[in-house]
Amino acid sequence: MSQKSGYMEALKCRECGRKYPLEAVHVCEYDFGPLEVVYNYDKIRKSLNREVITGRPQTMWRYRELLPIAGQPTVGLEVGYTPLIKADRLAEKLGIRGLWIKNDTVNYPTLSFKDRVVSVAMSRAAEMGFKTVACASTGNLANSVAANAAAAGWDAFVFIPADLEQGKVINSLIYGAEVIAIKGHYDEVNRLCAEIAGKYGWAFVNVNMRPYYAEGSKSMGFEIVEQSGWKIPRHTVVCMASGSLLTKIYKSYREMIEIGLVDDTEHQVHGAQATGCSPISTAHKAGMDFFKPVKPDTIAKSLAIGTPADGFYALKAMKESGSSCDDVTDDEIREGISLLAECEGIFAETAGGVTVGVAKKLIASGKIPAEDEAVLCITGHGLKTLDAVVGHTGEANIIKPSLREFESLLSNVKKVAVN
Amino acid sequence: MAIQVRIPTPLRKLTNNEEIIEIDADTVKGVISELQSRYPGFRDRLLDEKGEIRRFVNIYVNEEDIRFLKNQETEIKDGDEISIIPAIAGG
Repeated sequence: MSQKSGYMEALKCRECGRKYPLEAVHVCEYDFGPLEVVYNYDKIRKSLNREVITGRPQTMWRYRELLPIAGQPTVGLEVGYTPLIKADRLAEKLGIRGLWIKNDTVNYPTLSFKDRVVSVAMSRAAEMGFKTVACASTGNLANSVAANAAAAGWDAFVFIPADLEQGKVINSLIYGAEVIAIKGHYDEVNRLCAEIAGKYGWAFVNVNMRPYYAEGSKSMGFEIVEQSGWKIPRHTVVCMASGSLLTKIYKSYREMIEIGLVDDTEHQVHGAQATGCSPISTAHKAGMDFFKPVKPDTIAKSLAIGTPADGFYALKAMKESGSSCDDVTDDEIREGISLLAECEGIFAETAGGVTVGVAKKLIASGKIPAEDEAVLCITGHGLKTLDAVVGHTGEANIIKPSLREFESLLSNVKKVAVN
Repeated sequence: MAIQVRIPTPLRKLTNNEEIIEIDADTVKGVISELQSRYPGFRDRLLDEKGEIRRFVNIYVNEEDIRFLKNQETEIKDGDEISIIPAIAGG
C-alpha cells in the first residue's frame, strides 16, 4: 500500500467523511461533497523537517511529502519557489509597517500559480496511467495545462469562456492544445466540462483530478512560511475565484504547524474578490456561511466564477481564523495593478489588482493594522491581461529623431528629473 | 413527449447506468419525486434533511441554474432538458 500511495491514505468526503480509494474521483456519491486527500501526518513528521526541505532543490517539490503523489514528480519539475519580495515602497503607499509580495507572476513555465496545481494533477495522473489531460478554465489554468502537456508529450483539451482576453487564448493555442471556446461564462464552461468528464476517460485536472490538483496550491503557502524565516505571516491576502487557493493556503499553514515545522502563531488569511463577481465576499460581509451564486461582470476574468465550488470552505477558513474579506471595483483593480507596477516593478494581471486593491482597503479600515506585517499573494502576470489596461496607462510620446524635439518634449514631461 | 434528465456519473449506480431518463413532471420538485419513486434513495442524494437542495448539488433547466429561477418550484415543460451536476472548482 505505502509503495503505491506514498504519504496519502485515502480520499475523504469533506461533507460526510465517507472514504474513497485514491482514484480519479472528485465527489462523494452520497451528497456530492468534494473529496480531499487524507495524509499520514505521523509518517510525514518522521520524514520531513527544515533541514531535509532546505537541502532539496528550490522548487515546490521540496515539500513533496505534503503533496498528493505516490512517487517522484514527473511533470513540472521546475515549478514554484517564486520570490517573496520585500515591498517597502508599496508598504509606504498603503500605510503598513511591513509588506511582502509572493510573486507568482514569474512562476514557471506559464507565469501563474496554476503551474503548481497542474504539475501536481499531471504527476498524479501519470501515476494512474493517463495520457490525455483537460480542464475548464478562466485562462491561466488552460495556459498551464497546454504548456505542461506539450512538454510531457500528452494530448490536451482546454475549455474556456469565448470572451477571454486574447493573450490567454493565444497562450494556450501556441502549445498545440485543442482550445474549445464556449459561448457562455465560466460557470457554463464548468457545467459542460462536468458532463464531458463523465463521458470521456481523460484526466480533467479540475474535475476528476481535483482532489490532487487543489492540493498543489498549498505549495504557495509552504514557500511563504519558509521564505518568511519559518514563520507564518500575521496577515496573508489572497484573491478568490472558486475560493480554493485561500482554503489551501490556510491548510498549508495548519499542516506546517501539525507536523511541527513552525509555531502556531496568530495568523489571518484575508479574501479578495472583484465587486463584479463577489459571492464569497458578499456572504462574508453579511456574516453568512453560505453564498448566493451570481452572474459575473468584471474585468478580473480569471476570478469570474459566480458559483464558487470552495466558497463554503473559504468562508469557513476565514471565520475560523477571524479573517476579513472585501471586494473592489474595476477602477480599483486597475489602480491596484498600477500601484504594484509603479512601486515594485511587478506587472500583475487583474487578479493581482484585486489583491492589492483589497489589501489597501483592509489596511485603510484598520482590519489589517498599520503596525502589522502582511503578505500579498500575486498569482498571475499582467502581460496575459493587457486588454484590461489598454487605454489606462498613458501613451508613448512619439517624436522625430531630433534632439530639439526631444528637449522640447522633456520640458513638458514633469516626471523626468533633468540634471 | 417528456422532459429529459441527464444523470451525472456519481448517481448512475442508482439508475442502472442510464445516462438519460425521460420523465413527465411540471416542476423540478416533481422531477425529484418521480426520480425517487423510480430509483429509491435518489431524493436523499439531492436534498438535505430539510428538503433543501444540497449545497454541492447544482440543478440546471435548459442550462440555467435553478437558483436563478424558482429553485425547486421552477416550472418545466415538454422538451426541457435538466442536468444535475456536482459543483467543481477551477480558475
